[in-house]
Amino acid sequence: MTETAAATAKARRSWKDVDLRAVAPFVALALLLVLGAFANPNFISVDNLLNVLTRSAFIAIIAVGATFVISAGGLDLSVGSMVAFVASLTILFMNSGAISDPTMTIVAAAVLAIAIGAACGLANGLITTVGRIEPFIATLGTMGIYRGLTTWLSQGGAITLRNPEVQSLYRPIYFGEIFGVPFPIYVIVITAAIGAFVLYRTRYGRHVVAVGSNEDVAHYSGIPVSRVRTLTYVIQGLCVAVACLIYIPRLGSTSATTGLMWELQAITAVVVGGTALRGGVGRIWGTVCGAFILEIVGNIMLLSNFVSEYLLGAIQGAIIIIAMLVQRSLVRKS
Amino acid sequence: MRKRLIGVAAVAMVALMGVAQAQDKKTIGVSIPAADHGWTAGVVFHAERVAKKLMEEHPGLNVIVKTSPDPASQANAVQDLETQGIDALVILPSDPDPLVNAIKEVKDKGKFVALVDRAPSSNDNSVRDLYVAGNNPALGEVAGKYIAEKTPEAEVVIIRGLPIPIDQQRQDGFDKGIAGSKVKVLDRQFGNWNRDDAFKVMQDYLTKYPKIDVVWCQDDDMAVGVLQAIEQAKRTDIQYVVAGAGSKDMIKKVMDGDKMIPVDVLYPPAMVGTAMELTAAALIDQVPVSGNYILDATLITPENAKNFYFPDSPF
Repeated sequence: MTETAAATAKARRSWKDVDLRAVAPFVALALLLVLGAFANPNFISVDNLLNVLTRSAFIAIIAVGATFVISAGGLDLSVGSMVAFVASLTILFMNSGAISDPTMTIVAAAVLAIAIGAACGLANGLITTVGRIEPFIATLGTMGIYRGLTTWLSQGGAITLRNPEVQSLYRPIYFGEIFGVPFPIYVIVITAAIGAFVLYRTRYGRHVVAVGSNEDVAHYSGIPVSRVRTLTYVIQGLCVAVACLIYIPRLGSTSATTGLMWELQAITAVVVGGTALRGGVGRIWGTVCGAFILEIVGNIMLLSNFVSEYLLGAIQGAIIIIAMLVQRSLVRKS
Repeated sequence: MRKRLIGVAAVAMVALMGVAQAQDKKTIGVSIPAADHGWTAGVVFHAERVAKKLMEEHPGLNVIVKTSPDPASQANAVQDLETQGIDALVILPSDPDPLVNAIKEVKDKGKFVALVDRAPSSNDNSVRDLYVAGNNPALGEVAGKYIAEKTPEAEVVIIRGLPIPIDQQRQDGFDKGIAGSKVKVLDRQFGNWNRDDAFKVMQDYLTKYPKIDVVWCQDDDMAVGVLQAIEQAKRTDIQYVVAGAGSKDMIKKVMDGDKMIPVDVLYPPAMVGTAMELTAAALIDQVPVSGNYILDATLITPENAKNFYFPDSPF
């Protein structure tokens, strides 16, 4: 198959179903909002919805990166541990007092977090591409490494931001609002917009999807497969770093259990959002919607009075499957 | 027959070693889980702290502390300790039932065994000589009683840990503590002993209930998330939060007279030190210590807080 043929085939296919597929997660989200309003009238209040959107920020931002990795046919299980690791190092840096000015401390810490995130991602990428190890195993390994290093850094306890000046200056990054909308929501939108631009409008983005749909074809078409793949992990690392930067001011501390199981939540958000786990299709806005869905399901369960606390996990699982089924049936009808 | 032979051999060995070591050196082996969260980090800190103290106080005493990440490697660690020639074993098992056999093996050789915190299903003197533990039902009961006394008509939300027996014991204890008062429990949800999850649960409680008087979250880690959620919502109806365990951050708040954390309920990781001291007393001073030693779930107030404050501990 030549590149042009692939491109036209793709264009034709996308015109037929892209609309419904892209819309499906949002339909599921709308249904959940209706369900939530029945469960508890407070659910639909602006305060509650803003709370839920704000705290979905970590998973949403991480999942934007995961969309790249998964679209290119990879998988990253290390993101939860990476959050704990990057956030811990960043807090330790801010505690070290290397820079006396609090504003500059935060700026330097942000730069450092992004550098560490990118480096962690690069490590994942190089192990899978240069080392030729299955991404599942490679990132399972780094997952243990990042988690273990965090536990070691904290000696099993907590790493807490000590400097009160830095704390009060940094706090608004999670708790602050602009025009009544919490700051993390802007970060979600900006990250997703950049992600969508790169994935849909740049050559690199098209290469990611091509590598994910058929590695051999991509290779023969002259796409540098390894480099494209490695870069997806770096993007994932950058997204993790951004998530860390808004995570740190929330509790001002990390512990050995920070970000536990977040990798599964991020992957679920990506798949609920309409990205295929086998690669070749990436939907950034669907992913963000998927992250909202996950957080809203938990929120509805807690606000409703008729679900036993022992059954929460079961009902959450069922709702996610139903949401997926709704999506699939919509797509089939078209 | 073979069993008896091994038994005889073991008795002979113990007797020989006893003769050899009676005058010069005694060794206590301490096996604890690796620090994987706040409380176990505290266990490691206190085990090492008390080990150092004991060796300073008793020049003839050697204390070896070993940490293990899971039950299988802890079973190996117990064997390793035994081959090094210990006179007593102090063990806080990461999971007691899978470790019973390893512990029994040491016990059958006539060594003194002290079991800490987590009891196997059959917790009798065939497994251990001494059992030291915190009091989970009392942890709930003390919190419940405090709330019932201080705010007799409080509407309380509860954040639970994980669905395991310890958590249930604490809940039952709490219900006993508030029995007969007008304290009303609005809701109970799991926060998995995790700060971030507790933050979420608390945010949702604040949305769900327009008026909450008291939060009982039975764990100092979760209290961190609860306090942030309350602060963010700028809600003033919540009078105070009752946590538990005795982490340095929460005890500091109690000491400083923080209105939101007026008290804490003790479930101290330092209990491993209690077991070590008692074991040393049995070995060196030959005082009888066998039996159950259940620590009170002490109510930590500003008056007694400094007794439980360890600023150097990671927890």
